[in-house]
Amino acid sequence: MRLKTILKLPGFRALVKGDPDREISRIFCCDLLSIAMSKAPADGVWVTVMGNRNTLAVASLTDTACIVLAEGMSLDDGTLEKAGSEGIAVLSTDLPVFDAALKIYQAGAP
Amino acid sequence: MSQALTFRYEIDGDDFTRAGEASSSMKNKLKQLGLDSDVIRKVAIAMYEGEINMVIHADGGKITVTVSDTEITMVLSDTGPGIPDVEKAMQEGYSTARAEVRSLGFGAGMGLPNMKKYTDEMQIDTTVGRGTTITMKVYI
Repeated sequence: MRLKTILKLPGFRALVKGDPDREISRIFCCDLLSIAMSKAPADGVWVTVMGNRNTLAVASLTDTACIVLAEGMSLDDGTLEKAGSEGIAVLSTDLPVFDAALKIYQAGAP
Repeated sequence: MSQALTFRYEIDGDDFTRAGEASSSMKNKLKQLGLDSDVIRKVAIAMYEGEINMVIHADGGKITVTVSDTEITMVLSDTGPGIPDVEKAMQEGYSTARAEVRSLGFGAGMGLPNMKKYTDEMQIDTTVGRGTTITMKVYI
C-alpha cells in the first residue's frame, strides 16, 4: 500500500502530505518514545497520541513514513514545517489509537 | 575513506524540544557517506538515547563521533550528576526521570539498555558529582 491510500481515508486530516507514492511497510502503535525509537519500523505508519517535537525526531531517526496522531492530537506549526522538509507525512484523527490503526489496516496496509 | 572523519556536537541542556537535533544531523551525514542503513539506524538510536539522557539528567554535554573504515565511535561526555548505581541504571524500566519528562513520552527506563542493545561495544565512566562519559562503538 502506498501512503496516498491513507491520506485519503475519511476521518483523517492530512497536516503534512509527505511523499504520497511512498510504499508503506507496517503499522506501529506506541506512545513511549524510547520504545518507539527501538521498535518503529522503517517506512512504517506510526499511530500515537504523543504529539510533540520529539515525536518527529523519533520518526525521523527511525525512517517512519507517516505519523498518525490519534485522539485529535496535533503538532505545532514549526514541527509540521520540519516534518514537511523531512518528507514525513503527518495525519490527525479524532479516533482512538486502536480504531485509527484498524482503519488503516482495513484500507490495505500490509 | 582512508582517513577517519570526526564530527563534534554541543548539546544544549535547556531546550528539551530540540533534543535529537545532533542525532538527526549525524544520521544525515552517515547517509551521505553511503553507510549501510542498519548501521545508520543503530548509531541513530544509540546516539539519540544518549543525547536525550544528557538533556534530561546532565544539562547537556558534548558528543564526538568518529567514523573510520571499520567502526563508528561515539563519545558522549557531560559534567552532570553522574550515575550512582550503573548496574541499576542498566536495567530496563529503571528510571529517575522527572514527571514532566515522562509526560513527553520519555523516562521509560529504556535509554541505557537501548544504547547497549544497539551498539557493539559500550563503556560507561561515571563519577557522582563530576559527570559521565559514555563510549559506544558500532562496527561497520
